[in-house]
Amino acid sequence: MEQSGLRELENRCIQEQPPQCTAACPIHVDVRAFAARMKLGQWAEAWKVLQKTMPLPGVLARICDAPCRENCKRGEAGAPVNIGHLERACARLAPQGGQRILPLPAKGKHVAVVGSGLSSLTVAWDLARKGYGVTVFESGEKPGGNLLNIPDSLLPRNVLESETAVLTSLGVVFRTGENTANPAFPVDILGEFAALYLGLDSPGEVAWDLEPDDDGRPKVQPLAQTTSLAGVFAGGRDSRTKPLSPVWQAAEGRWAATSIDRYIQKVSPTAGREKDGPYRSRLHTSLEGVTPLPETVMSDPGSGYSDIEAREEAGRCLQCQCLECVKVCTYLESFGSYPKRYAREIYNNESIVMGTRKANKLINSCSLCGLCEEVCPEDFAMQDLCLETRRSMVRQGKMPPSAHEFALQDMDYSNGDRFFLNRNQPATDSSTYLFFPGCQLSASSPGHVRQAYSYLTSACAGGVGLLLMCCGAPALWAGREEAFQAVLERLREQWKLLGDPTIITACSTCLKVFREHLSEVQVVSLWEIMREKGGRFPQVAGNLPKRLALHDPCTTRHEKTVQQSVRALLSDLGVEVEELPLSGARTECCGFGGLMQNANPELAREVIIRRAGLSATPSAAYCAMCRDSLAAVGKPALHVLDLLFPAGEENPADRKRPGWSERRENRARLKNSLLVEVWGERGLAMDEGNKIKLIIPEDVREVLDNRRILIEDIQQVVAHAEKTGTRLFHPQTGHFKASFKPMNVTFWVEYSLDGGEYIIHNAYSHRMEVVGGQGNEA
Amino acid sequence: MKPDVKPEDLEWKCSKCGEILIVGPVNVEYMGSRFSTELPVCPKCGLVLISEELALGKMAEVEQILEDK
Repeated sequence: MEQSGLRELENRCIQEQPPQCTAACPIHVDVRAFAARMKLGQWAEAWKVLQKTMPLPGVLARICDAPCRENCKRGEAGAPVNIGHLERACARLAPQGGQRILPLPAKGKHVAVVGSGLSSLTVAWDLARKGYGVTVFESGEKPGGNLLNIPDSLLPRNVLESETAVLTSLGVVFRTGENTANPAFPVDILGEFAALYLGLDSPGEVAWDLEPDDDGRPKVQPLAQTTSLAGVFAGGRDSRTKPLSPVWQAAEGRWAATSIDRYIQKVSPTAGREKDGPYRSRLHTSLEGVTPLPETVMSDPGSGYSDIEAREEAGRCLQCQCLECVKVCTYLESFGSYPKRYAREIYNNESIVMGTRKANKLINSCSLCGLCEEVCPEDFAMQDLCLETRRSMVRQGKMPPSAHEFALQDMDYSNGDRFFLNRNQPATDSSTYLFFPGCQLSASSPGHVRQAYSYLTSACAGGVGLLLMCCGAPALWAGREEAFQAVLERLREQWKLLGDPTIITACSTCLKVFREHLSEVQVVSLWEIMREKGGRFPQVAGNLPKRLALHDPCTTRHEKTVQQSVRALLSDLGVEVEELPLSGARTECCGFGGLMQNANPELAREVIIRRAGLSATPSAAYCAMCRDSLAAVGKPALHVLDLLFPAGEENPADRKRPGWSERRENRARLKNSLLVEVWGERGLAMDEGNKIKLIIPEDVREVLDNRRILIEDIQQVVAHAEKTGTRLFHPQTGHFKASFKPMNVTFWVEYSLDGGEYIIHNAYSHRMEVVGGQGNEA
Repeated sequence: MKPDVKPEDLEWKCSKCGEILIVGPVNVEYMGSRFSTELPVCPKCGLVLISEELALGKMAEVEQILEDK
């Protein structure tokens, strides 16, 4: 990923955009953080939030007119949070005084400020902190300007005095009783000071020799706060002579201070100031599930919110954030952050030359299901980022070998002798259709493949061929571009051999692969064909549930016709479909997609447990992996084919997920039975005769499956140990232990002998090798 | 990698040599990194035992770290 690509991606995720209140505030107070602390009654902490942004917070917090309120999201669910009154309550409840301000080192430059209303005092506040010497020229007897007209009940005089005392402590000099009204004052003062600020907070005529606006007051450039004379800045009123509201006066003072600082330092007056004023934030906050709440009533409006009332009112703050994707994705949630940060972590991961790539797991755990893009207001696609990065890791030889190896070996198995099969329908020499059941339906319920094929050959005219193969999805998901292209090439070649038939897929992953990567192939789902061709499908048998929670596979996200066909088929069968909260275009992955289950099995389990828990109704799925994933966590789950082609099983919804070994054996047996029964050919030898007889108790089988150890691996270890005698013996238990490394993984098996049979007690594996010296593994 | 060899690991005997395993020096390697460690070995032929605890614990951890290098 290029750095510009990263920027583009980071910018797309809006989670770090400010809430609308902060964006609307002229000085961008962090209202959300303020409300969070007020809710908890942490008055001092809340006060610190205001202090961080507000000039003269003791003054401003008491008189702020809170224009942010108009943009408060809570306004759409009740009434906007009464932020102004919360500020006042905080000023009253928080311990006051003791604000320690550490100004920057003195710059040796001096600025003159005329007037001591709020905008002028803000300029003094900001510039003194930046290390400027500031002299305030006030015509009245005391500093404060029109602030002195505010009733004491709202702004106690001692508060104003203590805030001006802070200014004095920062070195600000107040010169009261000064006549600043003469026309040449600005020009004269620039002889002594590096810049001048004219506070226009109070109404009234001004006499300075500056270009006037329509109202006869100095013309001021908004935001820059410049006047017609270089070095002279002004603010504190709106364009119609009436004074600005307090927070706007403070804002203009602040912008002027920024401009003055830049003017004196001779840097760009405008660069990076796009967000100085109020703006509309891009942050999206969903109101789904938000209960409308009215504004908290003040029991004594004269004294403002009590502490309890303030906490309640602050508690109405929605703490606006987006997290739309994180809310619906266990994967995004489990890494503790959100896509903007993930993009950065992934970018950094790729840039590491020496050191640990901490984001490998993040990159390899995504199911690539695309739900994030679907729910994101800005279409952030985590799946594209993860897949592209996996490809790049593979290209650079930086993909952890263990991440996808098991799935890739399973793909190779599917595309090898034991499963691969390509035939025209018996007694035909070309095919109009080609049934492609996919590797996992064949692995999970081979009987359904036989029944579906038999159905298709009778329902469709023109010959229906059969292709048993894996579509290459594991290689695609693993970022193995070459391996994936090789599978596609073979698919294309096999498809052509049968005369370019229309492919009928039973698996939506295969459907997606064909659609996106073999555009010349006509492809349709089994469900659409069944809907189109019809047939004598039985009504749901008495032993099966009549109401089912339908789980759409994530690979049907953009296959509306497929989803509708399945619903129509179920409805014809007399099944009532319960729609899950996340279904159709917003469906979730079962945890198998994108090889999540390989790279992060614990997470895949969490994903499916959450999915299974969405409804107490038994599930129906139309992807074998989805059904098996649900079944693996104990959710009663049917495959739609269980209903279309009932096998008379007692409880097909309780059928266990076949383990990895069984999934291989099922594929091999399916191929053999089809060869023999449909094509009248000889099956492959299952070479059972050569195999060692193993007895594997159920609990051990489960351990093996979780550890992705195949029975074939166990066979090899025991055979090797028995042949070579290289094994360990445990005299107390009579058990043997031996290991064997057929490829990259060393398998260990603990077993004992009983008659001619081998009882398997345990097995485990590792990838590290014992090398050199005397070392040999058992 | 410094695994703690458990007393029960030394209850195993080498089938071929009939010797009880002892703790001895062993080299292990993964992803081009080599480490010296001490593991249960047959004192005669050097046959090594990797226990389940080691394979799924410390060793898996180190494998992960090396894969992420």
